[in-house]
Order: sequence, then C-alpha cells, then structure tokens
Amino acid sequence: MQVKSMIKSIKDLEAAKEKYQPSIQLRLGKASQQSQTHVLVCSGTACTSSASQAVREELLHQLQKHNLEERVKVIKTGCFGFCQRGPIVVVQPDNVFYCQVERKDVNKLVEKHLIGGQIVEELLFQEPDTGERHQKMEEIRFFHNQQRVLLQNCGLINPEDINEYIARDGYFALAGILNQQPEEVIDQVIKSGLRGRGGGGFPTGRKWDIASRQEVTPKYVICNADEGDPGAFMDRSILEGDPHAVLEGMAIAAYAIGASQGYIYVRAEYPIAVDRLEVAIRQAREVGLLSHNILETDFSFDIGIKLGAGAFVCGEETALLHSAMGARGEPRPRPPYPAQEGLWSKPTIINNVETLANVPLIFRKGWEWYTGQGVATSTGTKVFSLAGKINNTGLIEVPMGTSLRTIIFDIGGGIQGGHRFKAVQTGGPSGGCIPEEHLDRPVDYDSLKEIGSMMGSGGLIVMDDRDCMVDIARFYIEFAQDESCGRCTPCRVGTKRLLEILQRITKGQAEMEDLELMEELAYDIRDASLCGLGQTAPNPVLSTLRYFREEYLAHIRDKHCPAGVCKELLHYQVVEEKCIACGICAKACGVNAITGEKKKPPYKIDPEKCVRCGACLAKCPKEAIIRGGLQVPAAAAAVQEGVTKHARSAGIYTNA
Amino acid sequence: MKVTTKQEYPHGEQGIVPLMPEAETRPEKRETVDTKDHRYRELDKVLDRYRGEKGELIRVLHSAQKIFGYLPQEVQAYVALKMDIPVSEVNGVVTFYTLFVTEPKGKHTVSVCMGTACYVKGAQDVMDKLKEELKLDARETTADGMFTVRSTRCIGACGMAPVMTVDEEVHGKLNADDLTGILKIYQEQDAGEKHDQIH
Repeated sequence: MQVKSMIKSIKDLEAAKEKYQPSIQLRLGKASQQSQTHVLVCSGTACTSSASQAVREELLHQLQKHNLEERVKVIKTGCFGFCQRGPIVVVQPDNVFYCQVERKDVNKLVEKHLIGGQIVEELLFQEPDTGERHQKMEEIRFFHNQQRVLLQNCGLINPEDINEYIARDGYFALAGILNQQPEEVIDQVIKSGLRGRGGGGFPTGRKWDIASRQEVTPKYVICNADEGDPGAFMDRSILEGDPHAVLEGMAIAAYAIGASQGYIYVRAEYPIAVDRLEVAIRQAREVGLLSHNILETDFSFDIGIKLGAGAFVCGEETALLHSAMGARGEPRPRPPYPAQEGLWSKPTIINNVETLANVPLIFRKGWEWYTGQGVATSTGTKVFSLAGKINNTGLIEVPMGTSLRTIIFDIGGGIQGGHRFKAVQTGGPSGGCIPEEHLDRPVDYDSLKEIGSMMGSGGLIVMDDRDCMVDIARFYIEFAQDESCGRCTPCRVGTKRLLEILQRITKGQAEMEDLELMEELAYDIRDASLCGLGQTAPNPVLSTLRYFREEYLAHIRDKHCPAGVCKELLHYQVVEEKCIACGICAKACGVNAITGEKKKPPYKIDPEKCVRCGACLAKCPKEAIIRGGLQVPAAAAAVQEGVTKHARSAGIYTNA
Repeated sequence: MKVTTKQEYPHGEQGIVPLMPEAETRPEKRETVDTKDHRYRELDKVLDRYRGEKGELIRVLHSAQKIFGYLPQEVQAYVALKMDIPVSEVNGVVTFYTLFVTEPKGKHTVSVCMGTACYVKGAQDVMDKLKEELKLDARETTADGMFTVRSTRCIGACGMAPVMTVDEEVHGKLNADDLTGILKIYQEQDAGEKHDQIH
C-alpha cells in the first residue's frame, strides 16, 4: 500500500489530498492532463456475488496481454447501488457505465473500448420501457431522484486506500474539530438534527451530550454494525465502500464525549466488510489518524473490531453490549442507558454505521447546510436498500421526506413483470406493511410511525399481488420467534403463540375468534416485552391487520388465499372448456389424483388425493388447470375442526 | 505444548466439565487429546493471545470453530479451562449464537438465504426442493456427509434473489429446477478428487 508519511497536521492532510486529487478528478469524469484511463469495478457484495472479481481478474490479464498496464488502471470500488444490473464496470474519464459485464465481455471491452476508443453499445444500460440506452450513470433513471452525499465515495474511491478518502476531504472534519471544545462539537451535532439511523431515530447529539456529562472514565464509542434486518444492506455497503467515513465519525464522537477507545461490532456474516475495516483501521494507524496524539494534539483514540456470531437481537444496544463483552447477547432493562452505564459499566455511546458516516459530513459542510437537507424533523438523507418485486433492486440515497412513490416507481422502476403493487414493507421485522393508499407519504421517522410502520434501518421490500400478506406476517413472526433471545416471557412465549395462530390461519384451520385473540396478544407483546425486538415484533401483524384485514378474513372465513400462496388453501381444478384430454397432467401427478380418459375431456382432480404440488399446472400445455381456493372439501373441514378442538384442549384460550 | 496439570484447574476437576458424558470427563483422555492433536496446539496460540483480555470469548470461539469445523464439548471445555471461565458460560454462549455449531458439518455447506427479498421471490420453494433432492427432513446434514443445508439471514445480494451459497460461492436467481445441476457440480468435483487420489 502507498501509505508512507505520517499525517501530523492539516497541512499534511492537504498535501496528501493534493497528491491524489488528479486521479479522483479523472474518475469524476473531468478532463485532466493525465492520459490515463481508470476502469472501476464494483467490488461490493452483490457484484462480487455475480462474479465481478472474475471480471476484474480477466481485465488485469487482458491489460497485461495488450501491454496496457501503464495507461489503464483497474480500481476496486465500493457499491454503485445498481445491484440489479451487476457487475458494474465504469470507464473514466470517458464516463461510460457498463452493466451486467461478464467475463466473456472483457475481451470486447478491452479491444473495442480501451484500445479502439469505441463504446461497447450492448453493455450499456437499457431502460426497460423505452429501450433507450444510456452511456452515463447520471442519465439512468435509477439515479435521477437520488442525492448521493453519504454514498458519494461509494463506487468512486478504492476503499482500501486511505489516501483516496483524504483526497475526497476525508479526515478534514476531524482535523477541524480538534481545535474546538467538545461541547461545541456536540452542540453542532444537536443543531444538525441528526437522528439515529438504526431505526429508533433518537437524536444523536443528545446521546453524546448524556455521555459527555458522565464523570466516570474511561468512556467508549461503539459502532453498531450488526445489520440484521433481512433484506437490508445499507450499512454493509457503507462499510465496504467507504469505511474511513465511519472511522472518522467515531473519532469525532470520541473527542466529543472524551473517549479513547472505540469498537465496531460487526456481523461475522459480512466478511468483505470486516476485511475492509481491518485494512482501514491499520492504514489510519499507520499515518497517525488513529492511536496516540492524533494530529499532534492530546487526543488519542483507537478502534477495535468485535465480531458478532449470528444473533439478530444483538442489534439492540444493551444486547450488543453483552455480546461485545463476550457473553450471551441478552438485553437488559433501561435505564441506566448505555450512555450512562455501558461497556464494562462505563459510559458508552452506541451509534449505527450510517449515523456515524453522517457525522463527518455535518462538519465538512456545516450543520446549517445539513438542516437544509430533508424535512424539519428528519434532516439529512437516508440510504435505503430496495428489494423484492421491483425492477431495480439496489442501494439508493434520497433526501428524507421523499415519497414512497418516487422511490418505488421512479427510482425502483416499478413492479416486475407488469404486476400490481400491493405493499411495501419498511423497517424489517420491526416495521410494517404500507399499502398503496399511503404511497404519497413522505418517508421520515414520524410519518412512517403514524401509519404503523417505522423507518427501521432502511430496508424497503416491495410486494405485489402475488404476495399473501398473512403469509408475510407469518414470515416475520417466524423470524422474530426464532430470534427471540428468551430472556422475557412476553417475547419468548408470546411470539411462539402468535406464530401458531398465524400458522393456523395460513393452513385454513383458524376461526374468527383467532383474529381477536391474535390482536390482543400482539398488543400484549408490544407493551410487555423487555427490549425493542419484542416491542416491535407484532408490528408486521398489526399493520397487515390494519390494511389487509380482508385477506385475513378470506383465509379464516372462506378458507381461501387470494394471492394463491398458502399451499393448504389452494385447490386445483380443470377448466372443462380448455381441457383437450391429452393425459399429460395425469402422468405428471405423483399421487394419481387425476383421472380421465384420453380424448374424452375433461379430466378430473380428486381434491382428497391432491397434495397441491402444482406439477399438473406446470405441465398442462393448454393452461387448462387453474389454482383457486374457494371450495372447502369436506375432509379438510373435518380435519380443521379436529385441530381447533385439539388446540383448545392444549391450553390456548379463545374468547369463545 | 505444556501438559496441563491438575493444579492448573482453577475450579477443580468436577466443576469444570459437568456437561460432558462421564466417559469423556476422565482427565487422561483429554490430556491425550490436548497434547497430541495439532489442532489443539493451534487453538493454544489463539488462547495465548486473548487469554488475558476481557470479553474475547466470542472471538476465541470463532477461531476454535475455524480450526475444528465445529465446537464439540471437548473443545468448549478446553476453552473454558484455558480462559478460566465456567464451562456453563462457554456452553451458554455457544448455544446462543446461530453461527456456532456443535455438530460436524458436511463437506459442503449450502445456505439458502431466507431474507425477506429472497422469501418473496420463492426461497421457500428452493429450500423445500433442496431438502427433497438431498433427502433431508429434520436433519441438516446428508447421510453421506456431503452437504449441510441451513437457512441463513440476508446475505445482501438481494438483486440476485433468491440466492443460496455453497461454501463461499453464491448462486443467484435460482429456481427449484436449477438445484440438481448445481449440486451435481459439487458432487462431480468431489468424485474427481477421489478419482485423483486413487491414481
């Protein structure tokens, strides 16, 4: 690595910036004297999963073969956000954005573009609706409504080179605040209106203020990188794409509260992020931006890494503390808050990755600028991971207050395969499902809470008419039940019972009383649980009950799953008019449930024998087999009766 | 490698290993394991480094699992002994976290992502088909010790949903019909290795 001289003052920082500025300018697409070309290859998790490293290796190989190594540099970058079309390769300063580049395309890219100077048209992004091809990243509609300030370095710098971060004004915020009093620093964070990005939205400056007032020493700063929400990968992308921003944020926080040791608690499931953090910490130490007497002041600060081991509850701050101390990650009651009594019972602030990455930004651009972004009660921008039944899966950054419609339909490109939007799930297992009627709502902490969901850490999962909301609620409760640490009864037993009710509903064995029971239980769990996991676990149930009650009713009363997801409620039928009596379905059936005579339509499906595997539907050449759910075969009704009785005798109380 | 002697057991022999079946608690047996097995020597290096520090149990267990592949009771007891932590506490931590396993894993670990994005795109079908294909019901590991199938939380490759990983390799945009082909790659690969060994 090119780390050489120690950085002892702002002057040294400026010198380093100066030195690396030309290559950054080149990568921003600005003309420079250098006759170099940089090929940026996304090395985030999603692109790496779609083999971007093979592309990179092939590139290096081909460049060597063509003797281009001097003129063309291959740069590993963080996530561009456009994960749907990965692997992403960008050629600068030509500003050409290639997507879905495979190993076999590299030859063409090298010979046609890098040698021939011509753009490889077929690798450019094509808007699915208009068919228009775009050469530049900013022309693509996915990037139009985004405001990338927090992610400004992701996809631009090499995250494994501290100098490139410095060339993007990195560590200047830290250098600046070291001349100020800690109280002034905290005051600016309070004024910026920054709120915790981990989900709760607690004002960051106030947390720091509480910790700074404690007279106990030592104090600690912990970065919460235990991103456990299924379908959320914001923190990971920041850690992988711009790890120094997090380190700088931690150093500023440490100076503000008077801490000299920090830890990053990161999931062991994020190996790339862990590697990048290790490299970043090592480099920062080497140049003197971490450890003793940073920038020749009295301020000393170092950072260690603590690995999680796969427990969702460890995202909760008191559970995280226990886990960071090497114990079972079980939460404890608050107060005392960690800012008062945290790691080893010392004052500790725990901030989320994205929160900490916002901190240098506030000082670099000024809190006044920061309050100008977003909306009054939720300032700044928010990074979301967009996934599910959406055209453009990926990582996006928008100002707070952007409407869900803009996010899903403009940036996300709408629903896949022309299906109809049904709901968007925000906040992971702690959040709720938001229906179409609220699509024009601005996304900020308070407005999402009003409609029974929450910001959460920023996962947005889009669902369409093929998703059963009861099944989704069941999925989340299963998750919460599985991840419940068992410390308190409302969560440990409550989620289990809640899951059983939901399973009964999805299997068509529930009765109307179950609905009331479920609602009551959900409120009990919410009110009586010890920590955030339990208190928010019923949210998916409560929000789906609020907006999709008719689906619950269809499952319970009509034994019908409108979305056709719940297997036990499906009923396969042959459409008489379409059947040509070819016998293919009967052959496909593994349980001989289909009978009929060739050339004498129609064939019939025996609902009692049918195991609802769907093989006949898949094989039928005339689409004469349909899946529905309106009829309740007598046998199923009998089974259901028995199960309900059994459930009662097993000690499940109903209002009946 | 120094031989552990009775004096070094801070809690007394009985207090340390209450978990283990009786046959295995005999010190002679563990000592032979301790001294002869190179894996224990490797673990000792890790233990020497972190023994004095507070709160490093999880890190040590991660290393131990990397060395042994899983955390059998002997290893848990050994870590407890060396770190001067009650074995009950070590076992408590091991069983709390899903990444720690107490059973040996198959040659290949297949992890099906059960994150929400994958779930809405049919991860459950993939899982069902996989279990059917490998004839797994409640078990996680196939009878021939070839594959261990687990569900995993979001791995962050939602653009390729549904996703599964086989060891480190990621397979995305799956549908249930692709599975046979993917599993075959690994089966053939291993068959090839065996073949090479014979010749």
